[in-house]
Amino acid sequence: MKAPVVEAKGLKQVYKIKRGLFKEPAQLQAVGGISFAIEPGKTLAVVGESGCGKSTLARMVTLIEKPTEGQLSLDGIDAVNPPANYAKDLRRMVQLVFQNPYGSLNPRKKVGTILEEPLAINTKLSGPERTERARAMMAKVGLRPEHYGRYPHMFSGGQRQRIAIARALMLSPKLVVADEPVSALDVSIQAQVLNLLADLQEEMGLAYLFISHDLGVVRHIAHDVLVMYLGHAVEQGPKEKIYARPLHPYTQALLSSTPGITGVKRKRIVLKGELPSPLNPPKGCVFSTRCPYVTERCKIERPALRELDGRKVACHYAENFLKEAA
Amino acid sequence: MALVEIENLSVEFPTQGGIMRAVDGVSLKLEEGEVLGVVGESGSGKSVTMLALMGLIPFPGRVKADKLTFNGRDLLTISDKERRQLTGKDVAMIFQEPMTSLNPSFTIGFQLTETLRLHEGMDRKAARRRAIELLEQVGIPSPESRLSAFPHQLSGGMNQRVMIAMAIACNPKLLIADEPTTALDVTIQAQILDLLMTLQKERNMGLVMITHNMGVVADTAQRVMVMYAGQIMEERAATDLFASPQHPYTAALLAALPERSEGGRLATIPGVVPGLYDRPKGCLFSPRCAYATEHSRNVRPDLRPWAGGHIRCHYPLGDPNRNAEIQHDHPVGTEAAS
Repeated sequence: MKAPVVEAKGLKQVYKIKRGLFKEPAQLQAVGGISFAIEPGKTLAVVGESGCGKSTLARMVTLIEKPTEGQLSLDGIDAVNPPANYAKDLRRMVQLVFQNPYGSLNPRKKVGTILEEPLAINTKLSGPERTERARAMMAKVGLRPEHYGRYPHMFSGGQRQRIAIARALMLSPKLVVADEPVSALDVSIQAQVLNLLADLQEEMGLAYLFISHDLGVVRHIAHDVLVMYLGHAVEQGPKEKIYARPLHPYTQALLSSTPGITGVKRKRIVLKGELPSPLNPPKGCVFSTRCPYVTERCKIERPALRELDGRKVACHYAENFLKEAA
Repeated sequence: MALVEIENLSVEFPTQGGIMRAVDGVSLKLEEGEVLGVVGESGSGKSVTMLALMGLIPFPGRVKADKLTFNGRDLLTISDKERRQLTGKDVAMIFQEPMTSLNPSFTIGFQLTETLRLHEGMDRKAARRRAIELLEQVGIPSPESRLSAFPHQLSGGMNQRVMIAMAIACNPKLLIADEPTTALDVTIQAQILDLLMTLQKERNMGLVMITHNMGVVADTAQRVMVMYAGQIMEERAATDLFASPQHPYTAALLAALPERSEGGRLATIPGVVPGLYDRPKGCLFSPRCAYATEHSRNVRPDLRPWAGGHIRCHYPLGDPNRNAEIQHDHPVGTEAAS
């Protein structure tokens, strides 16, 4: 086993929300204790609905925000309280690819400038060297040399996402955090970008933290899956295990809600209601307000994440589902 | 009599670079109580087709058709006044983004009762009662208090439900849903799809589901129409289409879905949808098609009956003679593949 590129233990992020001049600020727990590790060349996919804390998790891993609690190390170096002189190096190790390539590229800059900017800021390379690197990277992600002097508006969505990926890779990061990188793209273009991501991973040994709500895409690209609900991990483990036999009722519902095109019309588990407000989370199990199998115990006692059948699951009755499925 | 009959519909927009034909010779029939799925990439003309039916193409767009009728009424010659009576009552539409298609300065209640008072001539009290009933139907908890809420106070899923409530308020005969679930999370998407299908069955509505999500179509539609660059490429029963696509474009679209792949690399379609300047002379898909020939590059295929539906291709995938025909017509490689 290789040493993980990123290792997180009990990551927590709590925001304080002002409620008025004389009231105590409210505590909003966006992420409540997430642990994971990603090895080089592997992909961890984080799935969940909007508001479940996926993006907050991404912000912590990319060092945009400091976690309130917990440990985070990148390549074995503590990233929460980095040793002196390391802070800048750490940031180079993690790069981001955003969801919307129409918004994430500066419309006033040419592709070449966009790609060279990270080098100009972070390295001591000379101008011609930077240009050379940018051109090499363009070839790698499937952009033609004549694209160097063009502006982002001259490209289609898929090509823009290629530019965004190229920009993220300019500093040779070890970890790429991709926040819904293909959800704004058409099916045929989506396939091209997913293939590109897979090729680059193989070639450069990149680790991906892949955030998505499309379970079809996740099944294709991920090695491990982390299912989040209201800031907590409800199920976490190897993709094969989770897709073959989801043990948490939320994962089951998610998988059954994804419209399939296999021709077989599956029975859908339709969840009632919506995600509860994170300002006022349920006392017991976070999923108890929408769970079809909820009991009194679930409403009082929050289940811990525990090992079962090769993955981790946070449900009091996971064994029952395992028996049922067997 | 069919609920909707469209024959040879074209929608054109004059631009600086010439006339942009967004919809090109689309014909379709929809029966009462039928669910039609319209799929295609962005820019394929699926939304514009339905906007033309609704009479919502803005100036300077031009709508031309040999026939455009709804429930026997000619929509090409209809007066604006009659059109207003029809739209929102018998034909209703659910738009893609609930957050932007509801008016942020009015309450949910006001926007809902406006439709009812205008089309059904209800008084304030009756309209309010009906609005509460509708919100209940679409599964919004405590509807009475929600009537005084503004759109920004509700979540995306809730707003989409309000949009659906508004659309079904006057018992429309035809409901057009333009990407009704794209902006929503999967669990909410399942709720909304279930709701739409239940309502459709209860009221025997005609339902047109515009989407680029193949899964949504497979789950709901009886018939599917695949559009590409403004033209219908294939139109068949949903089960047939997903089991054995006949058009190379449909087949390529399905193959590109991660859900269908068995790991490894995904199949891709090289190139992009043709724009205004690079519209091919022959088949519009020929520059990206793996089976293109000299013949298909030069002669545009017509939409013809095939395998229980219609298809626009010289060499349908299910044709036993297609290999011989392709050989005869000299296949060309796809240079767009680079």
